[in-house]
Amino acid sequence: MSLTLDPNLADADGVYADLIEAHEGLTEEESHAFNARLILILANHVGDRETFRQALEAAGSAGKR
Amino acid sequence: MLDDRYSLAFRLYPYGRCADQDAIDPVRHPVVVVGGGPVGIAAALDLGLQGIPVLLLDDHEGVGQGSRAICFAKRTLEICDRWGTGAPMLEKGVVWNLGKVFHADRKVFEFNLLPEEGHKFPAFVNLPQPYFERFLVERVREAQAQGAPIEIRGKNRLDAVEAREDHVLLDVTTPEGPYRIAADWLIGCDGASSPLRRMLGLDFEGRVFQDSFLIADIRMKAEFPTERWFWFEPPFKSSGASCLLHKQPDDVWRVDFQIGWDVDRAEEMKEENIRARLDAMLGAEVDYEIVWSSIYTFQCRRMKNFRHGRVLFAGDAAHQVSPFGARGANSGIQDVDNLGWKLGLVLRGKAPETLLDTYSSERCHGADENILNSTRSTDFITPKSAVSRLFRNAVLDLAEHHAFARPFVNSGRLSLPCIYDGGLLNGADALPGGPSRTRPGAPCPDAPLGGGQLLERLGGFVILTLDADAPEAVEEDGVTARRLALSAADDPSGALAARYLGDARSAVYLVRPDQHVAARWETFDEGAIRAALRHACGKERPA
Repeated sequence: MSLTLDPNLADADGVYADLIEAHEGLTEEESHAFNARLILILANHVGDRETFRQALEAAGSAGKR
Repeated sequence: MLDDRYSLAFRLYPYGRCADQDAIDPVRHPVVVVGGGPVGIAAALDLGLQGIPVLLLDDHEGVGQGSRAICFAKRTLEICDRWGTGAPMLEKGVVWNLGKVFHADRKVFEFNLLPEEGHKFPAFVNLPQPYFERFLVERVREAQAQGAPIEIRGKNRLDAVEAREDHVLLDVTTPEGPYRIAADWLIGCDGASSPLRRMLGLDFEGRVFQDSFLIADIRMKAEFPTERWFWFEPPFKSSGASCLLHKQPDDVWRVDFQIGWDVDRAEEMKEENIRARLDAMLGAEVDYEIVWSSIYTFQCRRMKNFRHGRVLFAGDAAHQVSPFGARGANSGIQDVDNLGWKLGLVLRGKAPETLLDTYSSERCHGADENILNSTRSTDFITPKSAVSRLFRNAVLDLAEHHAFARPFVNSGRLSLPCIYDGGLLNGADALPGGPSRTRPGAPCPDAPLGGGQLLERLGGFVILTLDADAPEAVEEDGVTARRLALSAADDPSGALAARYLGDARSAVYLVRPDQHVAARWETFDEGAIRAALRHACGKERPA
């Protein structure tokens, strides 16, 4: 299994809106904790260490300027 | 001169003058063991039971006070059973299976170790270290009475060593003055601060963790169940970053408070201050007596090499881990299990000295696994950064509601025996469909055999056959492997077949004296067995 980095969501705008909405009303600290829980839930859903490492790599390299 | 560094729980080997002290030239011994802790006594026992004369030197006259190590794992009990002392340990020890994990004032979840059926020993027993040591010494006494050439000299402190090419000279101090002996082989089991290691100027590198633990053994008639209770960020006043409550025999409970690095040790050790912590945890109405207490810090580190010429190191002298996971004493016993038969073969001239280098490589592999696991536990329990704490708490929050998060919760990964994957002594893995857990390098899992247990019948080199033909014994270059002929039908529960056959119809295993698998095939092939036996004795390097 390898990480999908091609568009994979039928309703990208909707998913993005859900994500932002989920953080509404949270303090910065609460948002960080929320994100941490979310990442762990998604990591489990991915279910594969190597794929998750590819995701970590992609997240890291995209942030480099 | 020779003052005790600690008080004794059991005075088991009082000083007595020996002939070596009056000898003009240093008397030479095949094996000298330094240090009378669990690992040293075990080493003497293993060698003595092989008929190898072994002398153990300890600077005290018995077993030190304090429970210290309390969790002894199944593999340790199996090894001790091979030495003939598993039964009293199991009888005295407290068996537990249930653990509860708390975060502050909330219970996050509970777990059951759910021990696999068909094993003689449970996953763990809780047994204070002094009892563990006493049972080993009692077994030494019994073996001596049956002729095992073991000698223990109390109040004999090693003060200097001189390593020669084929022996080591030892300067020993006693209450009646010094004397000198020589040893063909010296085994250092003298603990984490090993004076022997220092005398030889050897490295001991690794990661120091800045944290201290206040340990208290308390005796109380309380209604707490026989479970392991672990708190992350415990809610009781000034109880530190984590806390552990664990049952020992005789109504004694172990309490560990992780109290941080920046503490005044003398102040914390005052009884009134220990009581203040305990009262906050247990409730002021609970009546208890403090049996023993101590503050300790730990490090995760190991020597680069456990063999230095004629000197071998085992146990804490060679490697240290955090207490999370009970990987200290348990790994030390596995060291002895690995070293004993190899040194025995070398001493009898049946294997090259280089076999002992595989003691170092295999047990360094084990130590690295233990250090990795205990470092991960430490990092989970005491997060080293804000983001690490964020994820740790996220895991604990999720674990309360969702099963998926519970495997992330790390309050110590409990000690399992190491599999020597890639080990230099491993031979063929030629059993298509064979279970992964019994691949070459793995310790043999126990299984029921009608009347007895499999592990009780594995000793020395064994050709274990399951529904396969083989001769009763094969001798190769002075080393004999005897056959243990079994059939899947010997175990109606099916455990034997599941653990050793898997999808295969028949199997032939070559098992080492430490009950690790050396090689396996579907059927017997004399040439293959002979080659694997030579290889397992270090006689041929892998291609």
